[in-house]
Amino acid sequence: MTTEAVSKKTLFTPFNVITGMILIMGAFLTVWRFGWGLGPVTNLDHNNPWGIWIGFDLLCGVALAAGGYVTSSAVYLFGMKKHHAAVRPAILTAFLGYLFVVIALQYDLGRPWRLAYPFVVQSGTTSMLFEVGLCVALYLTVLFLEYSPAALEWLGYKRLRNMIHRCTIALTIFGVILSTLHQSSLGALYLIAPSKLHPLWYSTYLPTFFFVSSAAAGMSMVLFEGWVSHKAFHNKMSKDYLSQHDDLYYSFAKGASWVLLGYVFIKVIGVAVDDNWHLLATGWGQWFLFELLGFALLPSLLYAIGVREKNLKLIRWTALLTVLGIILNRLNVSLIAYNYHLPSEMRYFPSWQEFGVTLFVCTMLVVTFKFIVTRMPIFHEHPEYKDEH
Amino acid sequence: MEHGFYTLQDFLLYTKGWAYILMGASLVVFLAYWKFLFSRDKD
Amino acid sequence: MKRRNFLGLMGAAGVSAAFATKAQAAGNVHFEGYPGSKGVLFDAVRCIGCRKCEEGCNTVNNLPAPEKPFDDLTVLDTRRRTQNEAFTVVNKYQPDGGPSVFSKIQCMHCLEPSCASACFVAAFKKQPSGAVTYDESVCVGCRYCMVACPFEIPTFTYDDPITPKVVKCDLCEANIQAGRITIPGCVAKCPKEALVYGERKELIKIARNRIAAAPDKYMDHIYGEHEMGGTSWLNLAGVSFSQIGMREDLGVKSGPELTSGALSVVAMVPALWPLLLAGLYGVTKRSEKINKKEKAEAVAEAISATQEKAQADLKAAMERAQADKEATVKREVAKALEEAAKAAEQGEKEEEGA
Repeated sequence: MTTEAVSKKTLFTPFNVITGMILIMGAFLTVWRFGWGLGPVTNLDHNNPWGIWIGFDLLCGVALAAGGYVTSSAVYLFGMKKHHAAVRPAILTAFLGYLFVVIALQYDLGRPWRLAYPFVVQSGTTSMLFEVGLCVALYLTVLFLEYSPAALEWLGYKRLRNMIHRCTIALTIFGVILSTLHQSSLGALYLIAPSKLHPLWYSTYLPTFFFVSSAAAGMSMVLFEGWVSHKAFHNKMSKDYLSQHDDLYYSFAKGASWVLLGYVFIKVIGVAVDDNWHLLATGWGQWFLFELLGFALLPSLLYAIGVREKNLKLIRWTALLTVLGIILNRLNVSLIAYNYHLPSEMRYFPSWQEFGVTLFVCTMLVVTFKFIVTRMPIFHEHPEYKDEH
Repeated sequence: MEHGFYTLQDFLLYTKGWAYILMGASLVVFLAYWKFLFSRDKD
Repeated sequence: MKRRNFLGLMGAAGVSAAFATKAQAAGNVHFEGYPGSKGVLFDAVRCIGCRKCEEGCNTVNNLPAPEKPFDDLTVLDTRRRTQNEAFTVVNKYQPDGGPSVFSKIQCMHCLEPSCASACFVAAFKKQPSGAVTYDESVCVGCRYCMVACPFEIPTFTYDDPITPKVVKCDLCEANIQAGRITIPGCVAKCPKEALVYGERKELIKIARNRIAAAPDKYMDHIYGEHEMGGTSWLNLAGVSFSQIGMREDLGVKSGPELTSGALSVVAMVPALWPLLLAGLYGVTKRSEKINKKEKAEAVAEAISATQEKAQADLKAAMERAQADKEATVKREVAKALEEAAKAAEQGEKEEEGA
């Protein structure tokens, strides 16, 4: 009731105006893309078949939505029960993340209406993309089920809600399996192209790199999102959520710091086993070191300092740094270091329409998130289901 | 071998098909077996 | 409880490390390809760059007429790649500023195709004939085949909004199977016998003989014999292949081999994660239960201890009270006796005094 009153009063806020403009542009681009094909709206060509709709929307989207499996497994499986209030925001973010990844994918596929073909018409089981597709489809379902109690509480379907609530552990374990698989398989997508991806980024360990970094990405995203949500939805947050918040910050910062350190080492091992040391002295090598030292080792140390000094501000900014680092890594693998052998005039740079669609999809995500958290019990518990964890 | 495979690709396509089916089966069996394993536990 | 969780985490880390080890592709199974499968041998030493092969391909496959006619050789001045309307193109190179060398590119028809390995609807297939074919009727248009192809051959009809598809040479498989032609269109049109269509095994022999017969004219390298696990299309040249636009750093591992390691790990994850995670959950839950029990016991013990103490206190108090009482009685009795004795004494005195 109150939210409606507020939104009526301030319909033309800067947020709403900008959002509205982006949505209108998105609708326009959608018609263009599906009416005239990929050619007129993208800079994709025969040498560069994948652009930012895969490199950013899919790869980064999935990595940054890893907060779902990280949080739910930490709370339900690894015994961090006191942080249960953090599960719902993380699951919702992950669910919306994956949902909009799949929506963004519709723009990239030549014939999106055939999306189910790998599972119902003919299965290319040797493809890493088959694995990714299967896991993302199943995980989206799992996330929907994990999120649904919040919606069902809001709607008042008590019995169905309790039925799903009983499956929490099974769903969590299933979610971890699926996440392990598709997070790593996104890296494994590039295993088939050793001649196109720069040797510093190409490694037989690519699946492991992607999986391990996704755990750090997930934790950092929970921290980052907690920071943003804190500013925007403070009034929606329960005492329970707020009281645990700082403690959760320190737990996840420790976790992310630890995982990032391991990540740095396996990346260095990757260089060692392929004997790529000499490449570190090249321009590509400096870019590689910039990514590894500046966006993996540095955040690991900053997190550790943040935890030791109990410096929340430092942890928040480090979370942002880590998130940017994951984005940089995924873009390096999929776009920047991919096709490194081609002359610069044959390299890919996204068109404004590609940026536009990506912005449109991200905006839809934010709007949907806002719609849900202002109505459903996400940052607080529904009064009828308190103390059930 | 009754399946004549001439390429590794065809072989993998066939064996991975079974692998995926077994993966699905393992999850169902694990769930049921876990229940069986712990069904007598009273706490 | 903290220690148990830590051990659980270490176990999890151990398993994921084990996943990273490369598993064998298919045990010790080995595949030789279809017996008698065919291919084409291209000889860059014989090629004169007349573009007749391009024309032959265009005619046989009913492709649209190009902007500039096939006898216009000025198009050779710019480097070209395969297009939706051209399954094959010839490029001109001048290695070390010397005489022109021509090189023809088209699908290499890998023995173990990367595109087939990458396709999640299995639209690509290595045919017994040697051709790698593409089935448009199942294609989703994801373009992963184009990412995977080491020779950068497949193209995509980006401008088609409804039925976009991947386009590449099929070694005239459709035409040959339909009986319209017996050899690929490009091979049929070559005036210089720079292209030979035949069994791959025979082609390798021919190529070796040519190299042996004129070792000064040929590089001792049959491109495609081992590249990417071997291709049905083979190339000979008088200069190194990297000088005529063909990558020599592709390696000899085929596409399916490159992914089979990761693919075999996939099956282990759903089998091992539940064991580990459910086990971990069981341990966490059990330690919680033990904790709860210990807590309950401690509370019970504390209560009983308190009770015992209270009882002991009570008893002590009672005893003390009893003792007090007895002492009081004694004292009172003694007092009474004393007083009686005093009284008696006084009485005697009074009697004496009276």
